[in-house]
Amino acid sequence: MSEAREGDKIPVTVLTGYLGAGKTTLLNRILSEPHGKRYAVVVNEFGEIGIDNELVVGADEEVFEMNNGCICCTVRGDLIRIIEGLMRRKGKFDAIIVETTGLADPAPVAQTFFVDEDVQKVARLDAVVTVADARWLAHRLRDAPEAKNQIAFADVIVINKIDLVSPAELREVEARIRAINPYATLHRAQNCDVALADVLERRAFDLDRILDIEPDFLVAEDHDHDHDHGHAHEHHGLKHYHDEDMQSVSIRLDGDVDPAKFMPWINRVTQEQGPNILRCKGIVAMKNDPKRFVFQGVHMMLDGDSQRAWRADEKRESKVVFIGRNLEEEAIRAGFLACAA
Amino acid sequence: MTDGQATTSLAQHVRAFDAGGEAVAAAFLGDQPALALADGVVRLGEPDDAKRIAVHPGAAILVTVCDGATLATGGDDGRVVAVGADGVARQIADEKGRWIDALALRGESVAWSAGKAVMARDEAGVVRTWAAPSSVRGLAFQPKGYRLAATHYNGATLWFPKVEGAPQTLEWKGAHLDATFSPDGRFLVTSMQENALHGWRLVDSRNMRMTGYPGKTRSLAWSHDGNWLATSGAEASVVWPFKDKDGPMGKAPRECGVREARVTRVAFHPRALVLAIGYADGMVLLCRLADAAEILVRRPGGGPVGALCWDARGARLLFGLESGEAGLLDLPG
Ligand SMILES: [Zn+2]
Repeated sequence: MSEAREGDKIPVTVLTGYLGAGKTTLLNRILSEPHGKRYAVVVNEFGEIGIDNELVVGADEEVFEMNNGCICCTVRGDLIRIIEGLMRRKGKFDAIIVETTGLADPAPVAQTFFVDEDVQKVARLDAVVTVADARWLAHRLRDAPEAKNQIAFADVIVINKIDLVSPAELREVEARIRAINPYATLHRAQNCDVALADVLERRAFDLDRILDIEPDFLVAEDHDHDHDHGHAHEHHGLKHYHDEDMQSVSIRLDGDVDPAKFMPWINRVTQEQGPNILRCKGIVAMKNDPKRFVFQGVHMMLDGDSQRAWRADEKRESKVVFIGRNLEEEAIRAGFLACAA
Repeated sequence: MTDGQATTSLAQHVRAFDAGGEAVAAAFLGDQPALALADGVVRLGEPDDAKRIAVHPGAAILVTVCDGATLATGGDDGRVVAVGADGVARQIADEKGRWIDALALRGESVAWSAGKAVMARDEAGVVRTWAAPSSVRGLAFQPKGYRLAATHYNGATLWFPKVEGAPQTLEWKGAHLDATFSPDGRFLVTSMQENALHGWRLVDSRNMRMTGYPGKTRSLAWSHDGNWLATSGAEASVVWPFKDKDGPMGKAPRECGVREARVTRVAFHPRALVLAIGYADGMVLLCRLADAAEILVRRPGGGPVGALCWDARGARLLFGLESGEAGLLDLPG
């Protein structure tokens, strides 16, 4: 059969970022550095890429609604077509990078990999990487809902142009990001000088890689921990903010859940609040099941599977995380806790 | 019937050969078998004596169409090329690197699309352009008259390239892919992103839904009498009746070649109600519509069948797999 094993599928990295943040700089680095990998690149502005690469494909970002009449259930029609076409050059490239426009919502790109069977057969979503401008992100989070979406959706966030802000301003911007998305890996950069291994081959959507969903409060690179605990709400040099409309909700339940309660609940929550839920993830201990159940989702689309067995030295506990807009936190919390076995 | 256990077999009449690349389309140019390969090559000629014609050098073939005399190919190099029985490749168009997404051919007329731009070249060589509302995935010429159907998001459009004025829009929500007219021109059928077919009866634009597929339908074939439309996308070929004035509405389709593997390609015999079916596991079967009797052509193995075609007389069947394996069946007697 043509069904490729998960490891043989072409990884797809989605590169987002508000206008001027430095996406194209990162893309040009990926294409020009001598890493031995060959990339097919899907771009919106042909001219931006300064590198000669025969596999650069221009896209129109055609967002198609699915026929269930729901506003959040969308796919990138052009991407389905492009991936089908790229597979005619199988073996000529190792990975695909999809650069979105500065105002794009990453959800339709991600959902394409949940919905389209032909895409799933040949490709897998690797990670959503968002490039943010250290100087302007705080402003954009106030006036541009697209920028906030890109931060909330990200698996990896590159805080670029840190040379143009003071350490205090940088801490401020990191705290703003953490208020929206405590789970993404953050990297500080000038001219997008992150290690490419930190943005590529992340396997962020791979169920086997959802090992731990503790918030990632530390910045992954060059921690300049000036522990000036002058402010009551700071620790690890981070302020704690609460974003007015985008939050994450994390709930832990000691012990097992009852699958007969949990499965209908997670389906109902994602159906009813799907338009507001950008991402969700969970590791769940199902009653009488020696294996960990892991799931992840984008809006209403869920992907879940039994994973490795719980180890003897591991506490059986269940944890779910939602990132979204105006989430009904108390209802979600009560609903999940009521799934206890 | 179970896999590989057909009581009747034509497998001993198949000449197996290596196509030299992933087969994406099969055709006959006159009497000569032709396989379009993903890597930009058309392989023309008998299994043991074929020419390799580099129609898209260094590029990939994305779409093809064949009318029995000409095989036209569209590549990711932005070019449309036509190959005839003489094996000469003639360039029809160069869209400057924009991928060719769809092709249609009828007589001396050719149409192609790149993104939203649809181009039609008439018998005099005049090229006209129309901008679709979204990217076009399928093109088909109506059997009579110089009229073209183009599929896109939320419907299809009927365009008379030589006539001024707005083209006629056929609306149906969703993304439409391939397009085909019934041979009598009464119906337009499209395959859709969401595992369904859609049809319009052109006299009154009445909608027809054909659903229940587990996968996308990317291969469509009309029977020689125009009464049946065979389709891929399920664990059998689903064959819809189009004889009546209402088409398939309110009628159950037939199922041919029910197996536990997905049908990837279908090709109706040009003179009889016999369907050739290629599967995702490499099997090829013939199935008689009247009683669903099956004859084995190729046992499973090797990967999906990507190309399947009868010659004009119905004496030979050519198939090719994604793996590069291929075969030519000469019907005995
Ligand atoms: Zn939805």
